[in-house]
Parts: sequence; C-alpha cells; structure tokens
Amino acid sequence: MSNDVVDRSKRRFLTAVTSGVGAVGVVFAATPFVLSMMPSARAKAAGAPVEADISKLEVGQLLTVEWRGKPVWILRRSPDMLKALPNLDKQLADPASKVVDQQPTYAQNPTRSVKPELLVVVGICTHLGCSPVKKLEPGSDAILGHDWPGGFFCPCHGSKFDLAGRVYKNVPAPTNLVVPPYSYLSDTRILIGVDQKGAA
Amino acid sequence: MQKLLTWVDERFPLIKVWDEHLAKYYAPKNFNFWYYFGSLALLVLVMQIVTGIFLTMHYKPDTQLAFASVEYIMRDVDWGWLIRYMHSTGSSMFFIVVYLHMLRAMLYGSYRGPRELLWLIGMVIFVALMAEAFMGYLLPWGNMSYWGAQVIISLFDAIPGIGPVLAEWIRGDFVVSDATLNRFFAFHVIAIPLVLVILVFVHLVALHKVGSNNPDGIEIKKKKGADGIPLDGIPFHPYYTVKDIVGVTVFLMVFAAIMFFAPELGGWFLEHDNFVPANILQTPPEIVPLWYFTPYYSILRANVWNFLWVDAKIWGVLFMALSLVVFFLLPWLDRSPVKSIRYRGWMYKTALAIFIVAFLILGWLGTQPAAGLNLIVAQICTLLYFAFFALMPIYTKYDKTKPEPERVS
Repeated sequence: MSNDVVDRSKRRFLTAVTSGVGAVGVVFAATPFVLSMMPSARAKAAGAPVEADISKLEVGQLLTVEWRGKPVWILRRSPDMLKALPNLDKQLADPASKVVDQQPTYAQNPTRSVKPELLVVVGICTHLGCSPVKKLEPGSDAILGHDWPGGFFCPCHGSKFDLAGRVYKNVPAPTNLVVPPYSYLSDTRILIGVDQKGAA
Repeated sequence: MQKLLTWVDERFPLIKVWDEHLAKYYAPKNFNFWYYFGSLALLVLVMQIVTGIFLTMHYKPDTQLAFASVEYIMRDVDWGWLIRYMHSTGSSMFFIVVYLHMLRAMLYGSYRGPRELLWLIGMVIFVALMAEAFMGYLLPWGNMSYWGAQVIISLFDAIPGIGPVLAEWIRGDFVVSDATLNRFFAFHVIAIPLVLVILVFVHLVALHKVGSNNPDGIEIKKKKGADGIPLDGIPFHPYYTVKDIVGVTVFLMVFAAIMFFAPELGGWFLEHDNFVPANILQTPPEIVPLWYFTPYYSILRANVWNFLWVDAKIWGVLFMALSLVVFFLLPWLDRSPVKSIRYRGWMYKTALAIFIVAFLILGWLGTQPAAGLNLIVAQICTLLYFAFFALMPIYTKYDKTKPEPERVS
C-alpha cells in the first residue's frame, strides 16, 4: 500500500461498477418472486369450456352460465328486438363491431351472433369489469329515460349497451361487450370456450 | 433502578433519544386543536396492528372459507365481535384522522419549505394507507369486496400496452379469485403494514429534523434564547404529551360510541352489500367504495368523453391518478410569501374553501348513481378540484397577504 493521494475518480468508477453489477444481481434475484405472482399453471388450466343447454330458453329470456369465472349471458332475442337493432346504429360507438378483439370473426355481423336470435356475450362491462344489469324491456326507465329501446346498463359507471352488446356513444365503456368463442353442439346445446368449426 | 439505567445507557443511547425526541425536543408553544391528529394517527396505526394480529388468528384467506370465518369471528370467538369492530371502525377513523391531518398542513402551510420532504413522505404514507385499506376490504369476501376489487384492478387494465398483463399479475388469475384473496391477505397483514411502520418512523425522523410548523406558519428556530432554545418552544414532554392525552381521551370516546352503538354507521363504515357473500355472477346494484375513496371514484366516473384519440376509460384512470399526484406537488405550487392561512388574503381562503366543498361533494356523489345531474355536478367539482392546484401558482402569487409576526401569538 502506498501512501499516495487517493485516486478519487478510480474509486468512484469502481463504486459505480460494483453497484451496477449488484443491481443486475438484484434484478435476477427478484425475477422468480415477481413471476410467482403470475397466474399459476392451475389457474391457466381452469379455463375449460362450458356447455349450456338452451332447449328451455324462451323468447326474451336470458340464461347466465359461468365460464372462466365470468358470467356469460345467453339471450334469445325476439324478432322485434332484432328488427330494432339497426335503428340504433347512429347512437352507438362501434355499430359494425370493427374492434377486432371484442368478438370472433363469426360474430362480427349486425346481430353479433352465429344464429341471429341467440346472443352470447360475456356479461362484464368493458369499462371496469362490473356486471351490467339487464334492462331488456323497452320503454320508460327512471335512469335511462323515456325511450329506452332495451339493452344492458352498467350501474357502476353508467355505461349502456344495446341488445347485441354494442356500446353507446359518450359512456365510459370504450368497446362493445365481448363475445366469447362458442359453437353449437346441437340446436339446443352451446359449448362456450370452443370456436365454431371451420370458422375461427 | 438508577444503576440499571446507567448500565443500559452505557450500551444504548436511551437518555439521549429520550431527550432529543421528547424531554428536550422543543415544539412551538401555540399548537391548537388541529395538532392532535398526528399523534392520533399514530394511535390508530397501533390499534389497527394489534387488532389485526388477533383477527388473523381466526380468519381464513380462502374463497370457500373467508366469509364464514368472519362470521365465525363475529359469533363464536369470545370478544371476536369487539376486535373486528375495533378494526373496521379503526380503518374509517384512520382516514378521518389522516384527512384532518392533511387539511391542517394545508391551513398552516406545513408542506412549505423546509418541510417539503416531510410532506412527500406523508403523501407516500397516505398512498400506502389507501393500498392497505383497499386490500383489507377484499378479505371478508363479501359481494362488495369482490366487485370493488374487480373494478379497481381493472383500472390497471386500462393502461395501454402492459395493462392486461399487469392486471393478471396483480390478480394472479384472469378474474379476482382465490389467488387474489390469498396474496391480498399477505400484503394486508405483513407487506404494507411493515412499509407503513417504516415510513411513519421516517416521517417522524424528518419532522424532528426540521421541527414542527405552527398555526402562525413562522419558524421558531429563528428566535433563540441565550441557551440556544427557541424562545417560542416548549419541551414536547411533558407539555404536549399531556395535551395529546386529552385528545386521545376525547377521540376514544367518539371511537367507542361508534364501535358500540353504530359499528356500521348506516352503511358508511361497513356497507350493507358486503354482508352477502361474493357472487361472481351478480354485481351489487350499485358498486360503491367505502367513503374514504369516493372523491377519487367520482373523478374516475366523471370522465365520459373520448378525446384526443384516447378512450374515456383511460382519461378517467389518468385523472384519478392525477388527483393524488397534484397533492405531491403542493410545496412547489404554492408561491405565497406567507405560510399560514392567518396571514393569507381572500384568494387563497376562497380557493381552499371551494376545494373543500368540491372534495366533499365529490365524496358524496361517489356514493350515488352516476347519471344525469349527478354526473354534471361531478364534472364541475372535478374541474374545481384540479383548478385549485393548477391555478395555485397564480392566485397565491397575487394574493394580498398580511405581514407575518416576528413571534408566535
């Protein structure tokens, strides 16, 4: 050891390099802990498809089934309901379902469904994940006004959707309700979570 | 006894710490009512930790068992109802005390130099406290617990790009589930309390470095006697320890009255919808956070326009985050030559009054359905909320202030 003056710039350099290497080590050590908080293998595997029997579903009735921990609505729409859908286009944010992620391609149509009368949507508001309430009947409503055409209303933040799950303009929700992948096993049985054959 | 004290003091700076922080820590002699809330916040923190420890002895962080285990605490555990009500009342009282503590800082300019860092540490404590309260609210696994968590975690979903992955990472699942409940339990009972205790310690260290502000907003350290002690300072102990005991007594009387006679406080401290177990297929008719979050919730809901190619949803989240960020900036937004409201002019007094009213209205509207007139009022109040901060550099600069006194009055 010499008693020469301390080379401060060398000392600063070594301190910086040591800290830098240490920081890299911290990042590597933190990785397993951070990743342990991602959905586990069991959570990923739990997303199995769900079958729904719609033989007893009357016109105007709505059936709720649970798929991946979310409510999925199956609604049998009346001819009147279907006829009214195009009239709303001007009040809607995305009437033609142009946002691709919100539905499979086989549901990217005016009724947002495979069979026009049967609507299948995830009953979770695209705003912040509440489950909207069903206001299927047209008419006067205390919150929604006197000419409500029927649809869904999210009580949390006031978003409105029509009977095809399409979102209205100027509400907090940015996009239409999500149509899950689904297919018909027969005329009365729907499998939610599996794409329509030959489509996808 | 004296020998034992000497023995310890040779090995640990006991007397030194006692003197520096209590017996010879000089605080301004003119503290008033508003100066109770710091020590009360500390008291509630201790109460929450103690009651929390005893609740974890009986609570089960499992979606199948959680709701029933809370009912078990309420019905079958000896004195369990008391410990749980102490904890639930404590959480609301914590926010009341902290909000008043923050208002005190705004009245007397306590966030101004040299106490900027003290204020910033305090704000970090406030944010940590919000996280602590939010995660604790999921644990009873009531329907409001579930849907409240669902909504708040979805806020992160709105962040462009990383949002969806981030939300999955927070939940540990694609929806709020057992994984979420379990990790919120871990955060609520150890991670965040630990952070809170450390931050409170750091807050006190910073406070004792710069010394307390006072209702006159002048520095007592500028006028010292021949002995080096501030002329307007009195030792914290016994003067303020005794004063604080009075505050604690009154506070505990109010606390006990709520805890024994109205622990739900008409749905304000414990929401009615949370007495129903979580139902993942059924949103409560109205998702309402507990009262201490409602002002920010109102701001979130007030944004309903898509503009500048950005969705209303993202604006809502952004403004809600911003409503907290602006508090951090207070020390640098305020350009007034005086600190205390006593010597400020009409502009700041009016602005603060409008802000308090807007904050309270937003808080009320957060508990009401968001449509029609409510929405418009919420939008106006959101505007006023931000105007208070955005215009502060202007109105504090041009405000006509009175001269500060040399000594505290």
